[in-house]
Amino acid sequence: MRLLPSGDRALIAEFESLSLVRAAHELWVAEAPAGIVELVPAARTVLVRIEPRVMGLGAAEQWLTAHAPVAPAGDGDGPLVEIAVTYDGDDLAVVAETWGCSLEAVATRHTATPWVCAFIGFAPGFSYLVPAAASAPLPSVPRRATSRPLIAAGSLGLAAEYSAVYPHASPGGWQLIGHTDAELWSLDRDSPALLAPGTRVRFVARPS
Amino acid sequence: MSAARVIEPGPLALIHDLGRPGYASLGVSASGAFDRSAHRLANRLVGNPDHAAAIESLLGGLRLALPAGTWFAVTGAWSDAVLVTDEGARRAVEPHTATRVETPAELHLGTVTHGLRTTVALRGGLAVPALLGSRSRDTLAGLGPEPLRTGDMLPIGPEPATPVPPADLVPIDPPRDGVVELRVRPGPRHDWFTAEAWRLLTTSDYLTSARSDRTGVRLEGPALERVPDLVGVELASEGMLRGSIQISPDGAPTVLGPDHPVTGGYPVIAVVVDASLDLLAQLRPGQPVRLRLAAGRY
Repeated sequence: MRLLPSGDRALIAEFESLSLVRAAHELWVAEAPAGIVELVPAARTVLVRIEPRVMGLGAAEQWLTAHAPVAPAGDGDGPLVEIAVTYDGDDLAVVAETWGCSLEAVATRHTATPWVCAFIGFAPGFSYLVPAAASAPLPSVPRRATSRPLIAAGSLGLAAEYSAVYPHASPGGWQLIGHTDAELWSLDRDSPALLAPGTRVRFVARPS
Repeated sequence: MSAARVIEPGPLALIHDLGRPGYASLGVSASGAFDRSAHRLANRLVGNPDHAAAIESLLGGLRLALPAGTWFAVTGAWSDAVLVTDEGARRAVEPHTATRVETPAELHLGTVTHGLRTTVALRGGLAVPALLGSRSRDTLAGLGPEPLRTGDMLPIGPEPATPVPPADLVPIDPPRDGVVELRVRPGPRHDWFTAEAWRLLTTSDYLTSARSDRTGVRLEGPALERVPDLVGVELASEGMLRGSIQISPDGAPTVLGPDHPVTGGYPVIAVVVDASLDLLAQLRPGQPVRLRLAAGRY
């Protein structure tokens, strides 16, 4: 872990792997003292926002160093959410070619993989899912060379090591493999994001 | 419940409180009043709690119909504000003071003359529905109360427990017209840039771009170069803050505002310190800005 400066009320903790980011986020969410007011995980970093009147930058740095994760994250015991997907996306052929398999096998491999939400970015409720620690990684999928101007809410896409469901209609460059009716973002729930960091996810194929 | 009616919103009038911090890991920025000190002052003047919802008017031009008995205060950017009664009597509204509307009247904000964003607080606060604990409009995520439109009725909340403080005019200068100095501290990716880039950042006069909004304030000036090894390298997206100074691939700095994206992939060279953040809200297009290294650790 490397601690980087980030102004007068935050630090950024940088890690060598996403798995260590997840381990740090899980540990710190559970144990952080009152002066640490927000933790924002991303691909290789956790942004640590502090309240300087409660805990100074120096004290925060000491606490984070003393509580650095020693091992990558396991699968955790976050809530498990099942998402029913129709695998009929426009980019199935691209993914099948990247993975060296048939169109049907894309769905089979995607549903056979247990996923976990590593972090949220891009838009409210846009959860970046990665294969759970115990599973074999899937081959990395390149982003589309040009973004689509409009992707429907509920579209399931792949990019690099990640899977994500678009929570809102938006532009985007991920390779689309299917769609779901699941509501990724709803203000009618206590937690508006269906898949918060640490949530485990299983995709289930449904007929088109 | 009494209500204020929007006669004319001006270029952009938004409802804000002090925002919804704590949801960044779900992809939602804190948002909230851009000029927090102006927001707090307006609320204190009318005896509201600091976090009560008020109006943030961009450039002025806002016209509100206020019922008799309403207390209000105007802070932040200065404009010629007047109160016009139904009988047509006009009187000037002093900034930074609580004013009571004796008979139904219209509050008219003129075009701003100093600064950019004016706060108008009504005693009781604006009782619009809260979303994730806040009545702030996040312009990037499209969350919270819609921008004000002509004809909107803004419900005014119940009388707060605190009386209107007896303080007279609060002696506060208008937002600065000349060079504005913002203090900064190093950001997480300061070492992606050359020593010359850091020198330029902290010694040059930058100009506030007209292409600035609540997402970010763009600065025009010398381009900042990366160290040769990192030219063209892509940074994995990481958490951003209000005040983070991102450098886009062409070397131009953008200071992120309250509605910034939660994560971003442009390297952050420096971060504006908390004490300087409210000044950002009042920068006018073309206004010169200097960034200076703040004392402190790092």
